[in-house]
Amino acid sequence: MALDGNAIGGLFIEIFGADMTSAQATCAACGAVRPLADTLVYLRGPGTVVRCRQCTNVLMVICRIRELNCVDLSGIKTLHATVPQA
Amino acid sequence: MTSPVSRGFHRLSRQGDAQAGKLPPGQHATADFPVLSAGPTPHTPLQEWTFSIRRAGATLRTWTWPEFMDMPAETVTVDIHCVTRWSKLGTVWQGVPVAALLNQVAHDAPYVVAFSDGGYTTNLPARDVTGGKAWVAFGYNGEPLPPEHGGPARLLVPHLYFWKSAKWVRGLDLLDHDQPGFWENYGYHNYGDPWREQRYAGD
Amino acid sequence: MAGTAVRGRLNWHVATVASVTDETDTVRTITLDLPDWPGHQAGQHLDVRLTAEDGYAAERSYSIAAAAGEPVAITVERLDDGEVSPYLTRELRPGDQMEVRGPIGNWFTWAPGDGGPLLLIAGGSGVVPLRAILRQRQRSGSTVPARLLYSSRSLEDVIYRHELDQYRGTADVRYTLTRRQPPGWDGFSGRVDDAMLARIAWPARQRPLTFVCGPTRFVEAVAGLLVARHYPETQVKTERFGGA
Repeated sequence: MALDGNAIGGLFIEIFGADMTSAQATCAACGAVRPLADTLVYLRGPGTVVRCRQCTNVLMVICRIRELNCVDLSGIKTLHATVPQA
Repeated sequence: MTSPVSRGFHRLSRQGDAQAGKLPPGQHATADFPVLSAGPTPHTPLQEWTFSIRRAGATLRTWTWPEFMDMPAETVTVDIHCVTRWSKLGTVWQGVPVAALLNQVAHDAPYVVAFSDGGYTTNLPARDVTGGKAWVAFGYNGEPLPPEHGGPARLLVPHLYFWKSAKWVRGLDLLDHDQPGFWENYGYHNYGDPWREQRYAGD
Repeated sequence: MAGTAVRGRLNWHVATVASVTDETDTVRTITLDLPDWPGHQAGQHLDVRLTAEDGYAAERSYSIAAAAGEPVAITVERLDDGEVSPYLTRELRPGDQMEVRGPIGNWFTWAPGDGGPLLLIAGGSGVVPLRAILRQRQRSGSTVPARLLYSSRSLEDVIYRHELDQYRGTADVRYTLTRRQPPGWDGFSGRVDDAMLARIAWPARQRPLTFVCGPTRFVEAVAGLLVARHYPETQVKTERFGGA
């Protein structure tokens, strides 16, 4: 079964440079707005697939290809993340 | 900074490593059968299930489940290799050779894209799914293929990395030009031969 | 300072095992010495990386079992066919080293300023971050009303049992035992269901802050029951655990 965005909190920090589990993501497919913590996360495959919990459309795909994280964010329309405090 | 060694920690020892001669480079044998998915397990009822061969937007041929089960099937024992580095040796499947399905349509398409419930796709040269190299598998170990492993039917193409063996397969699109599928789009190798360790584009 | 903080979280830090404590037959708490730890909040987790002599590395995530300000500790449940948990729960000893990245997660956290009332629902090892929350609440002297419903296979499998029992003066702590109950057991039995929640869940109109943690199946079932009790989805925070 799927986990949720909490499980890839560390991966989010690698990619975004900040904690993103509270970031509100708008699904490009259905418009649902939910924190990245509350996504459907499929791990352990060739890549990590993050899906909208409401409509199951793909929000993000993250592949580790050699030394790169290849990230597809096209399933996210917008992302609102709190600016990290000083 | 080099990582410190965690004293006493080692990779889980697995059965079958003694058969290392049969393993492609970078793989280790596993006794279990890991479940890896890109999405939720679909549950298409058999009375709604179809397998279709399409070309240029037109459906050339469709099989319902009973029609598909009427096709000649084989039992095959094959080794499977996942790009995440596990291999499982001697797996037993029941399936319809893809060639038997493709023979029902007239075509000369050089490429196919397998498409599945849930939107997954993977691309292959047509010659890699014929000639006794690929099946649409509906049975595993003598039992109906469980949903978490791709049931009711999945593609089985054991000579390539297992992401090419699309779970929950619903058909093949015949194409004149190669078109990368789901993982291929993200940088996985377009062909995926485990014996040449073709994991990523450029390998 | 901000730049340093972010960079610190991106990096793996060497941790030395300070102590190990067996909580149950299959669960162990590991306290770590992490000199440059930036501090954490209750509910957060960290990533652990173990490297074998041949260079093979494995990474796993574990919830932090400690309150803010306490030494970093994780509580690990041994999965018999796992690769990392048998090592952490059987082999690892004080002085051993691993790499740690964190703290991670600014969603599934609670600090006293967040208020309450608090509803904490744990399945198995999902109790770890919720125990950190209760420890945090205790340490800070917070009087926010709190209720914990903890589902476990048996009383022997209840992690932190003595500590959780001690919270009973200031919080409502209940166990439900799903596989076997001791003679004379007067607590809940069986899986969390609507009847159980009717007895322990705050009415939705009190706008509780709810945290549910455990295996995916458990979390989905409980979250569904809470939504059916009109808990707004935005106030039910969930964290799902997987295997390995």
